[in-house]
Amino acid sequence: MNVTVEVNGVEKSVDCEPRTLLVDFIRTKLGLTGTHIGCDTSNCGACTVLLDGTPVKSCTQLAAMAGGRKVTTVEGLAQGAALDPVQEGFHVEHGLQCGFCTPGMMLVGKALLEDNPNPTDDEIRWAISGNICRCTGYMNIVKAIQHAAATKAAVKEQPAEPAGVS
Amino acid sequence: MFPAAFDYSAPATLDEALAILGEHGDDAKVLAGGQSLIPLLKLRFAQPSLIVDIGRIPGLSGVDSENGTVRIGSRTRHRDVEAASQLRGRLDVLLAAAPQISDPLIRNVGTIGGSVVHADPQGDWGAVMLAVDAEFVLRSAKGERIGPADGFFQGPFTTAISPDEVLTTIRIPSPSGARTGGSYHKMERKIGDFATVATAVHVVLGDDGRITRAGIGLTAVGPHNIKAKEAEAALAGQEPSTELYAEAARLAAAAAEPNSDIRGTAEYKKDVVRVFVQRGLRDAVKRAQGANS
Ligand SMILES: Cc1cc2nc3c(=O)[nH]c(=O)nc-3n(C[C@H](O)[C@H](O)[C@H](O)COP(=O)(O)OP(=O)(O)OC[C@H]3O[C@@H](n4cnc5c(N)ncnc54)[C@H](O)[C@@H]3O)c2cc1C
Ligand code: FES
Ligand code: FES
Repeated sequence: MNVTVEVNGVEKSVDCEPRTLLVDFIRTKLGLTGTHIGCDTSNCGACTVLLDGTPVKSCTQLAAMAGGRKVTTVEGLAQGAALDPVQEGFHVEHGLQCGFCTPGMMLVGKALLEDNPNPTDDEIRWAISGNICRCTGYMNIVKAIQHAAATKAAVKEQPAEPAGVS
Repeated sequence: MFPAAFDYSAPATLDEALAILGEHGDDAKVLAGGQSLIPLLKLRFAQPSLIVDIGRIPGLSGVDSENGTVRIGSRTRHRDVEAASQLRGRLDVLLAAAPQISDPLIRNVGTIGGSVVHADPQGDWGAVMLAVDAEFVLRSAKGERIGPADGFFQGPFTTAISPDEVLTTIRIPSPSGARTGGSYHKMERKIGDFATVATAVHVVLGDDGRITRAGIGLTAVGPHNIKAKEAEAALAGQEPSTELYAEAARLAAAAAEPNSDIRGTAEYKKDVVRVFVQRGLRDAVKRAQGANS
């Protein structure tokens, strides 16, 4: 069957079997390997992508279900050389060690800040509770998302000044 | 892991879906959020020849109410139930249960109807449906029938629905102005885990402060979600009291038929039912009393 999706702002039309999982579609058919496969059993969130802006586990979706919809992967976060505030937050606050969970964590963080620009630490922890990190102990991930919230708030106040990477 | 091969159809209307299901019967499987079915397909516990994705059919999701009945579209996602603030004070047990299901990513996709039809004995919605005496609207190409929640759950992953039927709507009696309260107590090892034990409680109070009706549903303590009918009967018409809750909780624990497994022994789980029902009744009655004062 043919599946057409808008991936990171670009429309892609690809042939695949109906049984193709969204994560395999993204990694193998589209060559975007920033989306990871961890548990493959819907538990870890390493495969998280945004479907029409909402975080989902792409190992537990068929590619066919995403047809006609917008998919955002980690590759879609940076705009050219400018990192997304969430990426900047993970960089500055050291929100990763091995980096395996990071694409999922950042996409969940990005979606959270769209809905709730000023979250509490508890709200961040609740939002990332479907994503497992084996390295960081989560403290710096929470700080990274808080950093992104602060950056976005600052950018909103001074739209002329782009956020730099320190 | 990936599923065995299947054909895929995504009908644009309910009638079209029902016609396809009528034609293919047992070989076809309805796909809603896929948060239970896709794992089963990947493990090849399910190997249908056709998947009928109902995700593109309009009119199957949303929460509204009419003439004392709350209607929830089968494809309403767990997160949408969680956010349905119009249920506050009417069906608190739904609002209490929704955020305890799985994790936020699964709740972004999984649906209440999929959960009901999947009928996992450890699933949370079944117990809630039994507590609130929900009715399921089941449509096939041949017509429509209404199945009460009581009797719908027949065994592990087994319900009264037939393969050519789609659950379209969940109807819950909820007279406006009634003093109601509800609670959902769940023990899980970690966020995202299924329940070791969970209990759903829904109470309606009369003007005199007595319990007019109480509904109690149990999760993960039997071959399917269980309605604790003797406990419900013991509460009806009674003045709320600690002694009454204790007696009802004892009866609810007696209705549980848990197995011993890695999550705990049968004896332990029965006692958790007793403790949770006692707490659940106290919390639900408190909420119902608060609603009017
Ligand atoms: C990691 C993980 C943890 C989870 N934890 C919990 C938990 O704690 N508590 C809990 O209750 N659930 C839990 N679930 C299950 C989750 O709630 C599912 O969303 C739900 O069981 C099924 O809903 P769905 O829309 O995804 O259905 P699907 O997976 O699409 O379908 C499930 C079944 O229902 C049938 N079906 C679906 N919709 C209809 C319909 N309208 N008419 C007829 N048949 C239909 C399908 O054919 C299939 O047999 C968990 C799932 C995962 C992956
Ligand atoms: S790989 Fe999808 S949740 Fe772990
Ligand atoms: S940084 Fe290694 S799993 Fe999170």
